Amino acid sequence: MSSSPTLDPGDQGMHGAYFKLEAPAGFPDVPMEEKQRLFDEVKSDIRFDDYLYGCYECGICVAVCPSAKFYDFSPRRVAQAAAREDVGLIYQQMQEDIWECSQCFSCLRCPRGNNPGGLITIMREVALNNGLASAKEALGGYSRIIYKIMSTGTQVSPDMLQRDAFPDWGPETGDVSENLDLWRRALPSETLHTTSTGWEVSDRTLVELYLIWLTTGALDMISEIDAGLHSILQEIMEERLEDEEIEL
Amino acid sequence: MTIPIEALRQKKSTPYEHQPDRYPDFQDELAELERAGEIVVQKIDGDYLEVPTKFGRPKRIQKGHLWHHKSCGQCGHIPGYSTSIFWVMRKLGYDYDDPKDQTSCTAWNYYASATSNAAAQAAVAVRNFAAAYETGYFPLIHCGTSYGHYKEVRNELLHHPELRADVRKVMDKLGKPLVLPEEIVHYSEWFYAMRHEIAAKQVVDMSNVAVTVHPACHYYKLVEGDAIYDPDVYGGQRTAVVTGLAQTLGAEVREYSTWFDCCGFGFRHILVQRDFTRSFATLRKIERMKEEADPDVVLTHDTGCVTTLDKSQFAAQAHDRNVGVAVLSEAQFAALAMGAHPYKVCQLHWHSANYKPMLEKMGIDHEKAWAEFQSDLKRLENGEKRYLEWDDMD
Repeated sequence: MSSSPTLDPGDQGMHGAYFKLEAPAGFPDVPMEEKQRLFDEVKSDIRFDDYLYGCYECGICVAVCPSAKFYDFSPRRVAQAAAREDVGLIYQQMQEDIWECSQCFSCLRCPRGNNPGGLITIMREVALNNGLASAKEALGGYSRIIYKIMSTGTQVSPDMLQRDAFPDWGPETGDVSENLDLWRRALPSETLHTTSTGWEVSDRTLVELYLIWLTTGALDMISEIDAGLHSILQEIMEERLEDEEIEL
Repeated sequence: MTIPIEALRQKKSTPYEHQPDRYPDFQDELAELERAGEIVVQKIDGDYLEVPTKFGRPKRIQKGHLWHHKSCGQCGHIPGYSTSIFWVMRKLGYDYDDPKDQTSCTAWNYYASATSNAAAQAAVAVRNFAAAYETGYFPLIHCGTSYGHYKEVRNELLHHPELRADVRKVMDKLGKPLVLPEEIVHYSEWFYAMRHEIAAKQVVDMSNVAVTVHPACHYYKLVEGDAIYDPDVYGGQRTAVVTGLAQTLGAEVREYSTWFDCCGFGFRHILVQRDFTRSFATLRKIERMKEEADPDVVLTHDTGCVTTLDKSQFAAQAHDRNVGVAVLSEAQFAALAMGAHPYKVCQLHWHSANYKPMLEKMGIDHEKAWAEFQSDLKRLENGEKRYLEWDDMD
């Protein structure tokens, strides 16, 4: 294993104890002050104190964690690093680990009441807001989903079921795609005749959703990872609000 | 190796009694904020049933006049899931609202990509709750993730005044009140509570059908206190929904060792990193069930679980894995028991794993049913009708 000349001196000596590698592999190291700033952003989230009460190191969260069974991933390490405020390790986890979590929240079985999955949700938000390389990599193929949920108000749509998009889901996916319009018209619920959204969402509802994305800063969160998508969505939303004469 | 689970099957020795001092009760907190004029609480209005919960406080389930908070994954990719819920409710004679003034909870995206924040997620939830409140219908949540996430949001709103202030600003702009319902109710809780009314209308014998149950993580792991647990169902050791319904309908519920494991959905993984999802779903769930229980069908109660367990089996066949079991929601199962059409109502042609042997065990002629469905499609194709309607379902 090679050592990294850019590693912060403050981290020396801890590698053997916690780190998977001597340096965050594939990601740039940053000064300790920057790691501290990122952790402070995590810790300042209103949910942080509800998600962390200390750690017995019992490992129950790891035993029930699906991601721990297939990745070099441990919710226990996440809870411990946060409890110790080990900003070097937390930075590495934000670059390497957090996107492996399944967000199933099996780790809530923790006898201390910790919520490692919830800590990871916050860490992901901070990684995204700060344009960390891990966020860009993890969400590289995900832009169309963000576009769908933010612009239409439903996350997945019938027309996403295409043979080339889901070749591993069997030939039935192709059958759906080839018969989509007809099969949707055969549904007895009148809200379900749509093909590009899960159900029919009224125009006014969509405008209200746009106002939420724009006023809470949620839309701006994608500016660091996909500036083009951010710009497209912003234009769509602001135009619709202007049509409705709603001022932000 | 089969993991011994006999001890888990024993009935809990501790009764389910409400211990007010052990956990804060969200109902008290809701009432306090309502008294202070901070929030509006939508009350249960009409007939209801009481069911037991994990922390002991009985949960009230309103029977009718319900506002259906639909699931994007169900409506988009498993539409027979949604139509079965509606069909059962109609057959039992309860009115409902299927709204267009509803967005997704957006939590699938949030748990996948984190492209949102606490204020936005709470505002989306409250906007939907306010939309329900305006109609007078009480919300019924179809998706397990929406249900779990909305309970997280409820906790955050109850405990963080600064979040309430942020959300109130948004709601003021929308001209809506900050509303939370008295209970957050998942559709599977309604099916559990109504299981005896459903069984009273049963026309298909399920005694020849062996089922396994996959309890959905976001139903009973997120904010677990008001999830339904019944000492008489699996010893009270796991949530009673789905299992209780299947047993009441006369099916044989078989056990397997990895029931606590998630399905492998992963939110982000199911869409862009499915190697993980497929591996977990087949190796930890389907193969374990096949080896230990050999079911005719896996029943579950959430969008992602049906999708994951159903769709992951196809690729595993190429590797000669021990897969090949039908996957349904318990809503579809209940609808079939009540005589629903497998294609017109339950829309099983959207499923991937082979469900035909299961239908044969139920005594349902799937070839005849498919021909009937094709005949209806012809009516749409030749312009006789634009859409099929509820009257066409029987």
